Amino acid sequence: MAKTLTRGGASSGPGVDAAVAKQLLTDMLLIRRFEEKAAEAYTLGKIGGFLHLYIGEEAVAVGTTSVLRPDDYAISAYREHGHCLAKGSDPKRVMAELYGRRDGLSKGKGGSMHLFDRSTNFLGGHAIVGAHLPIAVGVAFAIKYQGGDQVIVCYFGDGAVPEGEFHESMNLAALWKLPVIFLCENNRYAMGTSVERALAQTEIWRFGQTYGVPSERVDGMDVLAVREAVARAVTRARQHKTPALLEADTYRYRGHSMRDPAGAVYRTKEEVEREKLRDPIVLFRDKLLAAGLLAEADVRAIEKDVNDRVDEAVAFADASPEPPGEWLFTDIYKEA
Amino acid sequence: MAVMTYREALNLALREEMRRDPRVFVIGEEVGLYDGAYKVTQGLLKEFGAQRVVDTPIAESGFTGVGIGAAMVGLRPVVEMMTFNFALLALDQIVNSAAKMHYMSGGQFNVPIVIRGPGGPAAQLAAQHSQSMETYFYHVPGLKVVRPTTPMDAKGLLKSAIRDDNPVIFIESETLYSVKGDVPDDPEFLIPLGKALVRREGTDVTVIAYMGMMYRAMEAAEELEKEGISVELVDPRTLRPMDTETIIGSVRKTHRAVIVEAGAGFAGMGSEIVAFVTEQAFDDLDAPVERVTGANAPMPYARNLEKLKTPSKDKILAAVRRVCNANGG
Repeated sequence: MAKTLTRGGASSGPGVDAAVAKQLLTDMLLIRRFEEKAAEAYTLGKIGGFLHLYIGEEAVAVGTTSVLRPDDYAISAYREHGHCLAKGSDPKRVMAELYGRRDGLSKGKGGSMHLFDRSTNFLGGHAIVGAHLPIAVGVAFAIKYQGGDQVIVCYFGDGAVPEGEFHESMNLAALWKLPVIFLCENNRYAMGTSVERALAQTEIWRFGQTYGVPSERVDGMDVLAVREAVARAVTRARQHKTPALLEADTYRYRGHSMRDPAGAVYRTKEEVEREKLRDPIVLFRDKLLAAGLLAEADVRAIEKDVNDRVDEAVAFADASPEPPGEWLFTDIYKEA
Repeated sequence: MAVMTYREALNLALREEMRRDPRVFVIGEEVGLYDGAYKVTQGLLKEFGAQRVVDTPIAESGFTGVGIGAAMVGLRPVVEMMTFNFALLALDQIVNSAAKMHYMSGGQFNVPIVIRGPGGPAAQLAAQHSQSMETYFYHVPGLKVVRPTTPMDAKGLLKSAIRDDNPVIFIESETLYSVKGDVPDDPEFLIPLGKALVRREGTDVTVIAYMGMMYRAMEAAEELEKEGISVELVDPRTLRPMDTETIIGSVRKTHRAVIVEAGAGFAGMGSEIVAFVTEQAFDDLDAPVERVTGANAPMPYARNLEKLKTPSKDKILAAVRRVCNANGG
């Protein structure tokens, strides 16, 4: 049984060149600003339903995607704006989807919880907790069946771990040796239920050992630590069809959804403020400035570029028409 | 044309489609080494190997999800439910993932999957293994639901289901696996989904039934013929999408209808058929539409109680006589 354990935060220097560093910072900032705008749009009534924000967790999606190839797959649950944007989707089309407009990724039929993008191999956007884990195993099965060397990253929260499908999926992936990387974003709360109130065994990465799946815990607020851990898992998966379980220790600053804005019932303000001190974007930016990989002017330029792109996305979503009524009945079945 | 059992017809359909398309694979409990719990997949492991005939542990939600994921990225899985009762463990995968993927992705990802296995009343298998399961699926937009009555239909419909680009729920029957019938040899013989079949032409009353109930209705029709009642038998074959046109056409001809279904009547298939017949052909009816359904009770084990649970030939005879003797004829 192969297994590894690496604590996060092992990286001292940046360990990446300036171009990569700039890209990582840009991608994290894009997700942050995109979601801040989405939250504004929600309060204005332009976005409806459930809106689950990823703010605070950006390092996981960005660090992970930075070591994937474009033909690798990613699949996620309902807090997936960040994963979808990191995989390369056009922010304009993502915002239009949140707005329920015809130019959205899913033609406005999916919404915040059901982002899909065939052009980037982003496979959704699944809103029944645990359900997309077996689907990820199936994608990995197909990769192996077709003789490919891609991998699939399957993002899910700590809330999926008590589900039967987590355990069925770990078992099947290990039993059949499939190139799937299970990436648990442990933000400590499944809605309002803390990990301690949900799991008899709270070190989630250890469940990998049960199934003989190499597993490790990583600092999910450190984009480089995530990048390194995922790179190791990707190499194993690509070369040996070995699955992996990674537990990223992360935190969401906002409530479970926009309907839980304070998140104050199940956690304290002090806790939230304390967690913000390890903000993945601030820490990484400061690290790059200190190492001289970026200058203040570069950071300002990145901020401006990201703000422009987000403004453009909002303008695009605002201008996009609602889907026509007849689309209610299209796409139910694929016609031959 | 060859004579073969329903089981052999399904096996042949699987073999032909697996030979034709390397993307087709079979996955489920005991489908390989054991040769299938009901031997539908007999010999497939030997012919196609373990990569394409995949034995799974008992994890219905897990392996159904595997099929859905594989289908999203280009394969064409045939998932076997050892019995369809176990599909309830995978109901979320079927209803929330398979059925809605194409719609909620705005047409980007379709799920060409067949989920097949036996369902419906069987012989003394009691409450958890002997029930009509189609009810749970035909309500769902995005699914197609097939119930093949004869060996010919089993082959032609399974082949169409495998070639279909959408999720298809294909429910067979333990009690029909050994039934023999004519089956075309042509590997391109297909029966389109969504087309009903008039199995017997008649002029006085339309009886709508499928699977075991169709065989019972056939016996009833022979007896009624002797009484001078001419029964037209219509088999929907696909429950979703349903060929309402053929059923309405038949009712317009006979002006009377009886629906026979093995499942409990409340919100059953018969309820839906009564609804659209009444909506679309009310003026053509000479009598209220009757339903002969399974009793509103779980399936009991005891042989005598089991018999009471399931619609009998006598009940079908009585219902047909009632509608034929109703006023307005």
